[in-house]
Amino acid sequence: MNDKVLNEEQRRAEERAEMNAEAQAAADAASTYEHGWSSDIEQDFAEKGLTEDTVRFISGKKGEPEWMLDWRLKAFRMWEKMESPDWAKVNFPAIDYQDAYYYAEPKAKPKLNSLDEVDPEILRIYEKLGIPIEEQKVLAGVEGARKVAVDAVFDSVSVATTFREELESAGVIFRSISEAIKEYPDLVKKYLGKVVPMKDNYFATLNCAVFSDGTFVYIPKGVRCPMELSTYFRINAENTGQFERTLIVADEGSYVSYLEGCTAPMRDENQLHAAVVELVAMDDAEIKYSTVQNWYPGDENGKGGIYNFVTKRGLCQGKNSKISWTQVETGSAVTWKYPSCVLNGENSVGEFYSVALTNNYQQADTGTKMIHNGKNTRSTIISKGISAGKSDNTYRGLVRVGANAENVRNFTQCDSLLLGDQCGAHTVPYIEVKNPTATIEHEATTSKISDDQMFYAQQRGLDEEEAVALIVNGFAKEVLKELPMEFAVEAQKLLAISLEGSVG
Amino acid sequence: MLKIENLQANVGVTQILNGLSLTINAGEIHAIMGPNGAGKSTLAYTLGGRPNYEVTDGSVSFTTSVRAEPVDAQTDDPSTSSGRTDQTLDLLDMDPHERAAAGIFLGFQYPVEIPGVSNLQFLRESLNAQRKVRGEDPLSGAEFIKLAKEKAGLLKMDMEMLKRAVNVGFSGGEKKRNEMVQMGIIDPKLAILDETDSGLDIDALRIVGDGINSIMRKPDKAVLLITHYQRLLDLVKPDFVHVLANGKIVKTGGPELALELEEHGYEAVAA
Ligand SMILES: Nc1ncnc2c1ncn2[C@@H]1O[C@H](COP(=O)(O)OP(=O)(O)OP(=O)(O)O)[C@@H](O)[C@H]1O
Ligand SMILES: [Mg+2]
Repeated sequence: MNDKVLNEEQRRAEERAEMNAEAQAAADAASTYEHGWSSDIEQDFAEKGLTEDTVRFISGKKGEPEWMLDWRLKAFRMWEKMESPDWAKVNFPAIDYQDAYYYAEPKAKPKLNSLDEVDPEILRIYEKLGIPIEEQKVLAGVEGARKVAVDAVFDSVSVATTFREELESAGVIFRSISEAIKEYPDLVKKYLGKVVPMKDNYFATLNCAVFSDGTFVYIPKGVRCPMELSTYFRINAENTGQFERTLIVADEGSYVSYLEGCTAPMRDENQLHAAVVELVAMDDAEIKYSTVQNWYPGDENGKGGIYNFVTKRGLCQGKNSKISWTQVETGSAVTWKYPSCVLNGENSVGEFYSVALTNNYQQADTGTKMIHNGKNTRSTIISKGISAGKSDNTYRGLVRVGANAENVRNFTQCDSLLLGDQCGAHTVPYIEVKNPTATIEHEATTSKISDDQMFYAQQRGLDEEEAVALIVNGFAKEVLKELPMEFAVEAQKLLAISLEGSVG
Repeated sequence: MLKIENLQANVGVTQILNGLSLTINAGEIHAIMGPNGAGKSTLAYTLGGRPNYEVTDGSVSFTTSVRAEPVDAQTDDPSTSSGRTDQTLDLLDMDPHERAAAGIFLGFQYPVEIPGVSNLQFLRESLNAQRKVRGEDPLSGAEFIKLAKEKAGLLKMDMEMLKRAVNVGFSGGEKKRNEMVQMGIIDPKLAILDETDSGLDIDALRIVGDGINSIMRKPDKAVLLITHYQRLLDLVKPDFVHVLANGKIVKTGGPELALELEEHGYEAVAA
């Protein structure tokens, strides 16, 4: 292979990654950031608290059809009778659901005149991620920077328009969920709540009642989506909302790769985030869903930080279908998240690749469920937990094989890496097999970075922090290589940044 | 280049180096021999700055010729003295990565595995980290690959090996040869090679010997070879041979000392 070409490719991938992140971040920056709302800005929000009226207000604001409002109301009434789950290995004070806003249209944020006015800590992290100055301005929301920078770096509007045209000519539907509810009601009605039922769990039910916005994707039969879909390219929708809703349907023989998230540190006034993601794959279809999550984790004393309670599930409905979840979770104070696959179609395949990193006082309880209902279904679970500081990191995974599912195979590998001796790593596997033909393999390891490795790397020239970053990235390699190129480079830097100060 | 005076060091609570002195000048090759457990690896680790190797007394200074500011990097030639000046560092005051950047390389007796990190990635990051400390521009991917190919070629190592994770699944001999590829790429001033010859087959020993000569036998460089066997010294001819016993140098001589040791053993020669 030609090294020049390779190298050029890597450089371009890095560039693309930068563009993606920048663009994604620009979209995020336009919504809310750090300082929340200031009082002199025109607001369009629902009163504090959660009642039927709040639900009606949200639905009305979005101009939703009657059926959607009814659906939300049904969920709300259900939710009122439910209780917050307590089985996960996480601790957080009870959430007062009446002391929060459920609908506020982001209009503006404080105006900054230059980067000098931005929190130096945030600037330092931008620097480490390698974000160019002009883009930093956009991220931080410096007055007038957005248009200039975005236009200068790459013409985002025209790029997005071109992409949209390309998608449309392929027959791909890529809309905000609000748009889709109006434009494609039959499709949405057919699948919404079919993979994650309304009553699934406390946070999912809450999401059904008050979801703010999100994404809808439909890939028609036989279409290979011509590009990686990332939330950014749906230009006019803000999707870093508190209660995001995503629905992706891949029809027979189609393929789509979808990316969500952002490596730049994300702050949000909303403490609770409860998203729902549903995926459906028909015969021979494949969905690859990648996430990089870096919500504000709280400070080094464990103050502040986002609670991230997400329900993600994919249904392999058709034969030979495949759903892959890849996630890099470094943010949030509390993460509660189990991207799962329901393998109904014969020969269908579910995959879960996860890196969860916790530092300081972060708590993560994450894993997957592989529900094998169809014959010859296969699943692979690779989980890499990295704990530092005083954090707690739990892998919780279920592999279930139904009575009629012949010849199921599962391979699970859970590796934990500990930095320091004040953090915790836990592995909680649940295996339920009702069919004797199943082959289930589970491997688990717990390790520490060895003194030998550290000294070897330092003797070659890396400082302590660089050495840890290198070794940690090596540990997470099997998962990182599943990420699309543009995410992989950033995810590596992100792991390094998230471990800052955890050595020495 | 390296001046060690009365070095005393503990590993944990045990004192291992007991007042060791040794001077190595640029252009010289020194060999250290000595019985198992004498403190040879301890000396190497202590010079590298390994944590837990606590120096309780003595000093180590490291002098190299560096570019005098400001000099155009393009026209800088380390083999001439023009535009260059000597810099003396107190090694014991420096972090391990700073010592590496200053030009100290340890060939490990037991090279370490780093799963999931390819040799190429490891070396590129390491080299560029050193260059950064020295205020030099990083090597681009293409420049680095060219360099890596050249050095791998020198040590007759397949580039495919360098794409694999650092030392993972390498045989004992492959690990040692890999250390020498790393040395070639990093291009240090002083190489401290801890039993690089053990574990090598006959052909590999020759390749490694030739490699050491071609990489390190230069007027502005020096080598400290730690070895148990004459066969390496046949290939890399030392200027001085030292016997290390009980944590200090007990005898120093020319190449003939190694032959003497081989014939009569430590007890007889160093007593
Ligand atoms: N962590 C440690 N704690 C206590 N003693 C140690 C420790 N590490 C090494 N030693 C001791 O220090 C002494 C010197 O060890 P060192 O590895 O330097 O020997 P060496 O000369 O390199 O021997 P060899 O020829 O076998 O490689 C040995 O007695 C060894 O057991
Ligand atoms: Mg030794």
